[in-house]
Amino acid sequence: MDLKLDELSVVTDGKSLVRGLSLDVPDGQVVGLVGPNGSGKSTALRCVYRALRPSSGTVWVGEQDVTRLPMRHSAQTVAAMTQDGGVEFDFTVEEVVALGRAPHLRGNQALSGRERGLCERAMEQLDIGHLAHRGVLTLSGGERQRVLLARALVQEAKILVLDEPTNHLDVRHQIDLLSLLRGSGLTVLVVLHDLNLAAAACDRLGVLSQGRLVASGTPAEVLTTQLILDTFGVRASVVPHPLTGGPQLLYALNSTR
Amino acid sequence: MPPSSTSVSSAAGGAAEPAEASTPRPAAAVRGRLASRKALLLTCLVMAAVLLVSVVVAIGLGPTVVTPGETARHLWAALTGGRVGADEATTYQIIWQIRTPRVLLAALVGAGLSAIGVAIQAMVRNALADPFVLGVSSGASVGAVWVTVTGGLAALGIYAVSVGAFIGALVASLLVYAASSSRGALSPLRLVLTGVAMSLGFQAVMSLIIYFAPDSEATSMVLYWTMGSFGAATWGALPVVSVVVIAGLAVLYRYGRVLDVLSLGDETAASLGFDPDRHRKVLLVLVSLVTGVMVAVSGAIAFVGLVMPHVVRMVVGATHARVLAVAPLVGAIFMVWVDLAARTLVAPRELPLGIITALVGVPIFIALLRRRGYTFGGR
Repeated sequence: MDLKLDELSVVTDGKSLVRGLSLDVPDGQVVGLVGPNGSGKSTALRCVYRALRPSSGTVWVGEQDVTRLPMRHSAQTVAAMTQDGGVEFDFTVEEVVALGRAPHLRGNQALSGRERGLCERAMEQLDIGHLAHRGVLTLSGGERQRVLLARALVQEAKILVLDEPTNHLDVRHQIDLLSLLRGSGLTVLVVLHDLNLAAAACDRLGVLSQGRLVASGTPAEVLTTQLILDTFGVRASVVPHPLTGGPQLLYALNSTR
Repeated sequence: MPPSSTSVSSAAGGAAEPAEASTPRPAAAVRGRLASRKALLLTCLVMAAVLLVSVVVAIGLGPTVVTPGETARHLWAALTGGRVGADEATTYQIIWQIRTPRVLLAALVGAGLSAIGVAIQAMVRNALADPFVLGVSSGASVGAVWVTVTGGLAALGIYAVSVGAFIGALVASLLVYAASSSRGALSPLRLVLTGVAMSLGFQAVMSLIIYFAPDSEATSMVLYWTMGSFGAATWGALPVVSVVVIAGLAVLYRYGRVLDVLSLGDETAASLGFDPDRHRKVLLVLVSLVTGVMVAVSGAIAFVGLVMPHVVRMVVGATHARVLAVAPLVGAIFMVWVDLAARTLVAPRELPLGIITALVGVPIFIALLRRRGYTFGGR
C-alpha cells in the first residue's frame, strides 16, 4: 500500500515545523527521512501515525486521507515505532508486544491462538524471545527498542513508520533490524540519523532541512558532498562501499563548517 | 503482513547470545505473577470468599460481640424475612441497622478507591497519583464545610452534608478540567499539576470558611472530611453508593486495555488507534463521579487508592484488566478490617480511618519502594 505525504505543513504555536512536504513512499519500498536535529522529521512522522493533525496538506494511505479514517482503522493500516516509547508501568515484554494487537481487538478481548503465535514469532525475529517474561523497565535501551518494533510488527499493518529505530542498538542489531525491514515487504518510512545506514537500507531518501524537503532520490543521487555541506554543515567525502558500491560518507573530526 | 525474513530471524536468534538463549526463561513465578486466566479466576474467587467472611466477622465484632455463626443467622433472617426471637431484637437491630450498612459501605468504598487509584495512575501516567490527586476530595471538603457552616441544603435533612460534598467534588473536577485542558488536549502532567494546585487552593478556602465560622462544628467536620469515617453509614445512602461504585467498577473493567494503552504514552496510544485525549476525558468524568460519591459518604480516606494498586500489580502484573479484577476485592477486604480497627481499638471512641490507613499504608509503601524487582515506573 502506498504512503504519500502531500504538501504537508505543521504549524505549532506560530512556529512552522514542517513546510509543504511532499514525499511518496511506494508500496513495498523503504524510504528514509534524514536531516539535522529539529528539521521536522519526527513531526512529519507524527502526522502519519495520527499523534498530530497536519495544519494543511494530506497524508494519503492508499486512496484514503488518513485523518478521515477512524483512528482504530488507521492503526490497522499504519504501525509506528515511536521515540517516546516510554513505559511507566512494569509490563512484561510479552504484554507490551501483545498490545500491538489492540487495534484489532474489542475491549478486553483475549488474543487468539494465531495472534499469540504472531507475537512469539515477532519476539523471536527481534531476538527478544528469551526476555518474554522480563519487565520492560528492567531492559536496556536497545532491548526496549526491539520490543517496540516487535509490537509494531504484530500490528500487521501494511505501512510501518519508524522514528530513529536504531539509535540505541548495537551494530549487530542495527543491521538485523534494517535487514528485517528490507525483507519484510512492508511500505516503510523511517527516520535515521546514521547516513551510512540510511544509504544501505533505503530505496530512496528524503532530506529535510528547516521543515522543507531539500532533496529526494536514491541514496547515490542524494548523498553528495555538496548536499551534506549545505544541509548538515559537514565536509564529507563520499566513497563507494567496497562491497555493495553504494555511497558511504567519511568524516573527519574537524570537518564541520 | 508479518515480516517474512527468515534469514534474519535465524541469524538473530541463533548465534548472537547462545548463553542467554539457552537459559530457561525467568518463570512467571519468579516475579510472583499469576499469569494464567485460571489462576486469576481462582484468586478472585478466594478473595471474594475472604471478603464475605471478613464482612460477617466484622459485623459481629464491636461493643456487643456476636459470633460469626450467630451473625450469619441474623443476616439470613434479615435477607429472607425470617424470624428472630423477641429476646434477640436488640442484637438484630445492632447487626442489621447499625453494623451491616457500615461494613458494606466500607467494602464498597475500599473497592472503589482501589479501582479508581488504578485508573488514575494509568490515565495520568504517574505511579504516585491517587483518587484525590485531581482535587476531588478537597473540593468535597469545601462543599461539606460550607453546608455545615451555612446550614444550606437544609431541605435534604441528613443528606445535606453528603450532597454538599458531592457538589463540591464535581465543581472541583470541572475547575481542574477547565484549567488543565488546552485546545482540546488534556495532558497528563498538566492534569496532575493543576489538580495539586487546585487542592491547595480548596484547602485554603476551607480554612477561610472555618476561620470565620461562628460555631466549632465546622472544625470537627474538617477532621471528618480529611481523615474519613463510616460512622454516618445508614441504609438510606447505601443504594446510591452501591449503584455508582459497582457500575463504575464495571465500566472501568471494560476500559482495561484502554488503560494499558494509555499508560504507554500518548504517542503510542495514537499509533495503536486510541485517541488519548478522548479516553482521558471519559475516564475523568467516570473517576470524578465515583470518587465524588465515595468522598461524600465517607470523607477522604488516604493511602488506599495509592497503595492498593501497587500491591495488586506486584502480584498479578501490570495488565489493567487483571489488576482491575483483583484490586477492588483486595481494597474491600482491607477497608473492612481498617474500619473494624477504627471502631474497636479505642472504643467507645472512634479513630479516623485515615490514621489507620496511613499507619498501615506508609510502611507498605516504603517497603514496596525498597523492594528489588518492582520498579513502579522509574528505574
